[in-house]
Amino acid sequence: MSWGFLRDLLSGVNKYSTGIGRIWVAIVFMFRLLVYVAAAENIWKYEHDEFECNIKQPGCENVCFDHFFPVSHIRLWALQLIIVSTPSLLVVFHVAYRENREKHNQKPYRNPGKIDGGLLCTYLISLILKTGFEIVFLVLFYKLYNGFKIPRLVKCDIRPCPNTVDCYISKPTEKMIFLYFLLATSCLCIILNLSELSYLIFKHSTKCYLKKYMKKQQ
Amino acid sequence: MDWGTLQDVLGGVNKHSTSIGKIWLTVLFIFRIMILVVAAERVWGDEQQDFVCNTLQPGCRNVCYDHFFPISHIRLWALQLIFVSTPALLVAMHVAYTKHEKKRRMRHGEKIDIEELKNVRFHIRGPLWWTYTSSIFCRLVFEAIFMYVFYYMYDGYQMPRLVKCNAWPCPNTVDCFVSRPTEKTTFTIFMLAVSGICMMLNLAELCYLVLKVCMREPRKTT
Repeated sequence: MSWGFLRDLLSGVNKYSTGIGRIWVAIVFMFRLLVYVAAAENIWKYEHDEFECNIKQPGCENVCFDHFFPVSHIRLWALQLIIVSTPSLLVVFHVAYRENREKHNQKPYRNPGKIDGGLLCTYLISLILKTGFEIVFLVLFYKLYNGFKIPRLVKCDIRPCPNTVDCYISKPTEKMIFLYFLLATSCLCIILNLSELSYLIFKHSTKCYLKKYMKKQQ
Repeated sequence: MDWGTLQDVLGGVNKHSTSIGKIWLTVLFIFRIMILVVAAERVWGDEQQDFVCNTLQPGCRNVCYDHFFPISHIRLWALQLIFVSTPALLVAMHVAYTKHEKKRRMRHGEKIDIEELKNVRFHIRGPLWWTYTSSIFCRLVFEAIFMYVFYYMYDGYQMPRLVKCNAWPCPNTVDCFVSRPTEKTTFTIFMLAVSGICMMLNLAELCYLVLKVCMREPRKTT
C-alpha cells in the first residue's frame, strides 16, 4: 500500500474528467506526488537527528523540536495530497452507481460516463471540496509555521532547557525552496479547480437557457 | 509511486515519437533516471551527516552546510528530470484529444474501427507537429536553465574537498570538509555530459522536424 493506490485512483477518475480536470491530474502527479516522493521526502528524512541545540541538557532538543514542529511539513504535505485527491472518489462512486443501474436496466442512461444531471452535481461538489481542502491546508501551514519561511535558528526556553537555548534547523534553505514549490503548485491547482467550476457552470447554464429558448420558440 | 509512473507516461508518448525521440527517451531512462536512483542517491545519501566542521560549536555545521548547499545536487537533478519530462505530456494530451475527437465522430455515424483507434500511430504533421516541436523546444530551454542554475549555484561543476565558513554561530573562520568530493564530482560531470547529449539529441530532432516540413512544402507546390 503506497502512493500507487492514489495514482490508480486518479487515473480512474481521469476518464470522466473535463480537459481542465485532466490537466489537474497531470499537475498533481508530476509536480506534487512525484516531487514529493523523488525529492522532498529525503530532505526531511533526518530532520530530528540533524536538529541541534547548543546545550548538553538531555531532553532539551526533543522538547524544543516538538515545540517548533508539532506536525512536520512533510507529513502535512502528504496529508494534503491524500485529502485533496479524495473528493474524486465521489465521482467514481457515482459513475459506478450509474453503471450498476444501467446493468440492471432500471433506468437506461444516454451516456453513463457523460457529465450531466446528478453526475454534474457530484462533480461540482467534488471540485468545491478539493478547492476547500487546498485552502484549508495552506492556511494550516501558514498558521502553524508563521508563514512559509523556515529560520536557520530558533530560540527555545522550555523545560528542561535551563535558559534560552539556540537551536539550529537542518537544511532550512532547501526546505523553504520546496515549501514555496508546494505553495505554487497548490495555488495552481486551486486556479484550475475554480476555472473548471466556472466552465462547467457556464456550459450547463447556456445549455439550459438554449433548451428553454427552443421550447418557447416551439 | 516513483519514477515508474513517469516511465508509463513517457512510454505512451514513445509510440508517436520520431526515432531520435525514442533514442532520447532511452538515454533519459538508462543514463539519467536509473543512474540517479541506483547510484547518485547513495553517493549523496549521507551528505549532511558526513559534512564535518573543525569546531565543536553546536549549530555551526548545520549553518555552514545550509550556506554552501542551498539545494542539494540530487534534488536539483530530480527536479530537472521532472521538468524535462513534462513537455512530453503536451504531446500525450494532444494525442488523447485527437483520439477523443475520432471517437466522437464515430458516435455520430462515421465508421471508425475501435481496435484500429487503440493502436493507431499518429504521424507528426499539422497541429501535432506544432505541439511536438514546442515540447522539444521547452525541453531544451529547461535543460539549459538547470545547467545554468547548477553552474551559478556551485561556482562550476567541481565539488571542493574543503570549504571555509564563518557564518554565525561559527566562532571564527572554520574548515568544513565535504564527504566524497571526488565521487560527487565524477557523477556531476557524468550527469552534465548526459544532459549535453540529450540537448544535442533534442536539437537534432528539432532540425529534422523542420527539414521534414520544408521538404514536404516544395513537393506539395510542384
